[in-house]
Amino acid sequence: MTTTTIVLAICLGLVAGVMAGLFGVGGGILFVPALVALGLGQLEAQGTSLLAILPTVVAGTLNQRRYGNLRARTAIVVGLASIAGVEVGARVVTELPESILRRLFALLLFAVAAQLVWRARRARPRYPDSS
Amino acid sequence: MRLVAIGLAAGVFSAFFGVGGGILAVPLLILFAHLPERAAAATSLLAIAITASAGVVVFALRGQVDVRYAALVGLPAAVGALAGTSLQQRVRTSTLTYGFAVLLTCVGIWLLVS
Repeated sequence: MTTTTIVLAICLGLVAGVMAGLFGVGGGILFVPALVALGLGQLEAQGTSLLAILPTVVAGTLNQRRYGNLRARTAIVVGLASIAGVEVGARVVTELPESILRRLFALLLFAVAAQLVWRARRARPRYPDSS
Repeated sequence: MRLVAIGLAAGVFSAFFGVGGGILAVPLLILFAHLPERAAAATSLLAIAITASAGVVVFALRGQVDVRYAALVGLPAAVGALAGTSLQQRVRTSTLTYGFAVLLTCVGIWLLVS
């Protein structure tokens, strides 16, 4: 690891953390491509990203609890159910080549982006003030 | 049951893409569990903590976790998350949404061409 690499990784981590806090995601969406750029393979990047997510979401959760936004019981149900999902997903993931994973990841990003825009447009007032 | 379904879906994507599942959990929590935006984001973070812990174990057993790199990006990200959650309380949601959509699209294109 060169000094430039370290500085870049720290900057990317900071940016990913801000995104994570803003949007309620773990930051893996930025961690994975960042770690791939740093030289890790796709699967290694994903495993490492999951570990990097932990301090990120713990810090974010504690801060959100302070603001009164946290629904802890809902989170525990969703989180525990998702462990079953992880188990299923982790089995399938080892059977897929990396190039297909990258394309799936890209498709997922496009789909989420489209969904976000669609929802924001729908939420916009139909007759906004002309001011 | 809805929450269980949301969790299952988020978990599969978590393992597939190495993301905590939040990108899926947040919109599903808003659309199907009818949580307000900020509550959905906050709740997603705690759910991710649980999901990602399980994911780390699965990947670590296969030797696919690099602790040094995880600390290198994860510790600055924890600082960023404190700033991000504070910022979230005072930024308009629609502005954030469009910015995030652009970012997602950029990363998606980058993944396809690289």
